[in-house]
Amino acid sequence: MEKIKGQLESYKEQPFSLVLRFLMWIATFLTVGITVCIVGYILIRGIPNLSPEMFAWEYNTENVSMMPAIINTVLMVLLVLLIAVPVGIGAAIYLVEYAKRGSKLVKLVRITAETLSGIPSIVYGLFGYLLFATTFRWGYTFLGGALTLAIMILPLILRTTEEALKAVPDSFREGSFGLGAGSLRTIFRIILPSAVPGIVSGVILGIGRVVGETAALMYTAGTIAKVPGLMSSGRTLAVHMYALLSEGLYMKQAYATAVVLLVVVLLINAGSGWIAKKLTKR
Amino acid sequence: MEKDKFTIKDLNLFYGDFQALKKISMHIPEKEITAFIGPSGCGKSTLLKSLNRMNDLVEGCKITGTLLLDGEPINQMKNVNLLRKRVGMVFQKPNPFPMSIYDNVAYGPRTHGIRKKSELDAIVEDSLKKAAIWDETKDRLKKSALGMSGGQQQRLCIARALAVQPEVLLMDEPTSALDPISTTKIEDLALELKNQYTIVMVTHNMQQAARISDKTAFFLLGEMVEMNDTETIFSKPQDKRTDDYITGRFG
Repeated sequence: MEKIKGQLESYKEQPFSLVLRFLMWIATFLTVGITVCIVGYILIRGIPNLSPEMFAWEYNTENVSMMPAIINTVLMVLLVLLIAVPVGIGAAIYLVEYAKRGSKLVKLVRITAETLSGIPSIVYGLFGYLLFATTFRWGYTFLGGALTLAIMILPLILRTTEEALKAVPDSFREGSFGLGAGSLRTIFRIILPSAVPGIVSGVILGIGRVVGETAALMYTAGTIAKVPGLMSSGRTLAVHMYALLSEGLYMKQAYATAVVLLVVVLLINAGSGWIAKKLTKR
Repeated sequence: MEKDKFTIKDLNLFYGDFQALKKISMHIPEKEITAFIGPSGCGKSTLLKSLNRMNDLVEGCKITGTLLLDGEPINQMKNVNLLRKRVGMVFQKPNPFPMSIYDNVAYGPRTHGIRKKSELDAIVEDSLKKAAIWDETKDRLKKSALGMSGGQQQRLCIARALAVQPEVLLMDEPTSALDPISTTKIEDLALELKNQYTIVMVTHNMQQAARISDKTAFFLLGEMVEMNDTETIFSKPQDKRTDDYITGRFG
């Protein structure tokens, strides 16, 4: 109490910092408040609607099971990361460690990546549809969807990795080269481990986009509610939820799905955070 | 007659259009401490980095002239990693890797193919002892090197450089970021190490050069003005500019 009193006293001389302080409180409150509201709303509306038959292994119009969609979401995330992460990190390593700094190529790739990350996902969906579904004559395929999403999050992974690599101090590179280590060893033993936290935050953002994506998937992976093979159609949770909502018959199930989607996102984030910790410990 | 470790003749070095070193010629004797002194930007660090080709990392850097290590031209060596194993380096700011103390020291030997735990253990202990930091680290080898003080970190970096069994140790202002007590420790260490290693040290600190080096070279604006026994340089400099610098009239 004494402390607060003292602080209030000091504001008499600087009323402007009191105003600033209030604005800061409001901003903090809004950020936390909105998140709490959304999560709370979903939980309150969704949890009562959760029922065991919604987790049946097979989907039919009776149980509206989301189990296939849950499995598909996890598979989709893994598949997309499997494609986008090595390519993105590889390209970033080239740009930061091998290409001449400030060269034309680096600038070109950077502009391309920025442009790509500004394109709406429906355009990626159309592109994936035209390329994989029609030109390659694959039809709606899980692989087509994964490739489309991989293209979509590639710029994100590339840019965050690039920034993370650039943030590694040059003195680490000098130290390693000075001991007679080559570029490969320097990159894999010194630079990448230091950059892991930054890279992981990019990957988590990427996961978020994959889990939440609907537009780009509906035209590439289709909407069949089954666990697919690589070359057949399958829907993820977000697509599942969209389908339920757009049909208008299954609002309760849609809320329940939203709860599960939320939990899946939290689990995946926690999981990647845990992996990142394990990696940096080494 | 002492043996020359490095022989440098008519060395010119350019960064793009800028000539950073002009017609440098000198002999650096084996198992002695050679100090490079001079004001900032005079090229002394640049010359030091040419000795293990760290300048290769700088874009637009071009070198002409002769630069020999034990009679072998440095810039024609096929394996630059092997050169840097022979000619180790300690940098201005301590730069331990973000890993454990043990792994820092073992990084070099592992790079050069030593995998056996017992062998690595011996090298780590030996290197830390040589760098006079064993007593402070033996109980926390698995702890992160970043938790050490600046002076300890710098001695760790020296241990790390020694672990690859180099012949030469290049030190680029190794004490400029350290407090006086740590500085004394590093200087004592350098005096100890010169029995086994050739040491070339860049320093801003003239007293430091006078205290520990055997030979001193004075640089100004990319030229080597004078090189001689340290005693001679500081008592009877031949060149007026050297005299002005060491008596503190500029720099």
